[in-house]
Amino acid sequence: MMGNLFSYFYQFADVFSFLVLSAAGLAIIFGMMGVINMAHGEFIMCGVYVTAATFHAGLPLPLAQACGTLVAALIGMVLEVVLIRPLYNRPLDSLLVTWGLSLVATQGTLVLVGSTFPGIGTPGGGFEVGGYGFSVYRMVLFAASLLVLAFVYLLFMRTRFGVHARAVMQNAGMAQALGVRRSQVYALSFGIGAGLAGLCGALYAPTMSLIPTMGASFIVEAFVTVVVGGSSVLLGTAPAAAALAIVRTGLNAWYGQIIGQIGLLIAVILIIRVLPDGFSGWLAKRES
Amino acid sequence: MNRRSLLLGATAAPLLGLGHFAQAATPIKIGLLEDISGDLASIGLPKLHGSQLAADEVNAAGGIMGRPVELIHLDPQGDNARYQEFARRVLQRDKVDVLIGGITSASREAVRPIVDRLNAFYIYTNQYEGGVCDGSMLSVGAVPEQQLSTLLPWMVEKFGKKIYTIAADYNFGHLSSAWGNSILKPLGCEIVGEEFIPLGVSQFAQTIQNIQRAKPDWLYMLDVGAAQTSFYEQKNAAGVSLPMASPVKIMLGFEHKRFPPGVMKDMYAAANWFEELDTPGAENFKKRWRAKFPNEVYVNDMGYNAYVAVMMYKMLVERAKSTKKDDIRQVMAAGDAGIEAPEGRIVIDPKSQHCSHVMRLISVDAQNKVSTLKDFGDIKPYWLSQVGCDLTKSDPKEQYTPDHLPTR
Repeated sequence: MMGNLFSYFYQFADVFSFLVLSAAGLAIIFGMMGVINMAHGEFIMCGVYVTAATFHAGLPLPLAQACGTLVAALIGMVLEVVLIRPLYNRPLDSLLVTWGLSLVATQGTLVLVGSTFPGIGTPGGGFEVGGYGFSVYRMVLFAASLLVLAFVYLLFMRTRFGVHARAVMQNAGMAQALGVRRSQVYALSFGIGAGLAGLCGALYAPTMSLIPTMGASFIVEAFVTVVVGGSSVLLGTAPAAAALAIVRTGLNAWYGQIIGQIGLLIAVILIIRVLPDGFSGWLAKRES
Repeated sequence: MNRRSLLLGATAAPLLGLGHFAQAATPIKIGLLEDISGDLASIGLPKLHGSQLAADEVNAAGGIMGRPVELIHLDPQGDNARYQEFARRVLQRDKVDVLIGGITSASREAVRPIVDRLNAFYIYTNQYEGGVCDGSMLSVGAVPEQQLSTLLPWMVEKFGKKIYTIAADYNFGHLSSAWGNSILKPLGCEIVGEEFIPLGVSQFAQTIQNIQRAKPDWLYMLDVGAAQTSFYEQKNAAGVSLPMASPVKIMLGFEHKRFPPGVMKDMYAAANWFEELDTPGAENFKKRWRAKFPNEVYVNDMGYNAYVAVMMYKMLVERAKSTKKDDIRQVMAAGDAGIEAPEGRIVIDPKSQHCSHVMRLISVDAQNKVSTLKDFGDIKPYWLSQVGCDLTKSDPKEQYTPDHLPTR
């Protein structure tokens, strides 16, 4: 009994953390800048590869993961200045540019690093509840997803940067008139979004096989969560991930992975039909 | 984006004093469709290398009937629509003499109708779920009666009768799972769980729980693609340690070269080729391969089969004294068409146009070391002729399965 109850919680936590971690970076960039970052999966892949490379070079895993996150964030900021900035008012073109970027990143990695990369073993071992074995590291991932949500909340609600960012988001022209540097806010936002994608990769690096196209295995979940969540990370991503995780966990458990995946997508269609602006749009409307 | 590499191995011929003859002769063109980018790139690259090595060796030895071999390689990137487009292109525009390649069964079935319609000759180089009875196709990889009829009964005897199957959700996974059931159930086995996983899925917490609930004696693994192999790492982290059997791990996906030690522990497979094979023929072959491709992570069975395919084609054309499909089929129908391959002598079965193989049982230990446990010897591809496929008499161009047999 205990084992089964914990098993449901564990499955939910597992899907929830996958959705939150894979979507957070995408949601920040979309919510802040209106840019749909098609290279999101490749920022995740970058986090994975840097983590694995620095780990093999001898760094302890947490430090290697920090490297993966930072490198992705830095690359994100540089790309924002070089590629995204000239396209602020051309959302479709920025979509195209980031898509091209993702192709270059995937193929570039294939050419430079090769088609496979040695993996990292999952740390932490397992534990047992009611006769079932569970992975300790999966619980670490769940904790990390909660920390990411807390970090985003504190960043946007409790810091000066957060005030500026929300001001730019609501009315960029007025914020600029009051002395907020829009381009600086955007570069930082893009860097934070890319960094969170890198963090997702860094965290999942020890649990997956590493190939240049691995970013794609996060993409569906990331986009689905952002679409259901709407443009606000705080009000959108977390409830969207929770709702989708409940749907998917239930269907996975009772009918298997295929139905779980189909059910997830049907749930998305239904939610979008009822709440066209996603959870955050709906919550914002109720408040006003 | 599409890569087109024209590899004229004929450059070696003039050096050997065969220049005049080889240059004067029109080359024999081999159309090659192998994924060297996309999700399956890691296993597709050794296939391209195998074909290139074979072409070099054939050309260095004077070509096929004095004609040099020219490889025309296109990279379909794991996309079945591209497979069809490129198959049409090499067959119709480049007018190749033979088409070789394809990784997944889905890509083979995408290409096969085009080959049949254009009356071309096609060599499929992978081990697969078996059953294709098509006069236009020669299969040089191992099939279930070679890989599964050897491996699965051994697993049952050694580990027990409760089995959990995890399979990729497309034709290979479904058919190989049906194959497993048709071998396991007569042995009194119980399939305590059977899961089909969509390609690209990388998270397996639920599957791991289901396995723990069902308490099998061993796992029958038919997962495909890099995303799905994340299962092994995740299963170990959850403390699930069960023996596993698979027709596509180790010698094909070389997981023991890519994952840290322990992840693939207790994986068992039956293989016609694996790089750890140490017969004199195999050692010599590996030396030649490593001289040409020193950075190869692993010489896998697909790459080996791709090499064998070109050598087999050379033998067929030289015996037929022609590149016409009908003449080649007459040679295959003789029943003794074979070559001395690095694994041992392999011969084409005239009724099914599949090859016999020398099969060996291998396993991986906690240190990622591969050892040979048993030599099954020469195993013929008997299943198709048993159920009534006889390409010397008729050509149904069908794929048969245990659930879909020819009507007699």
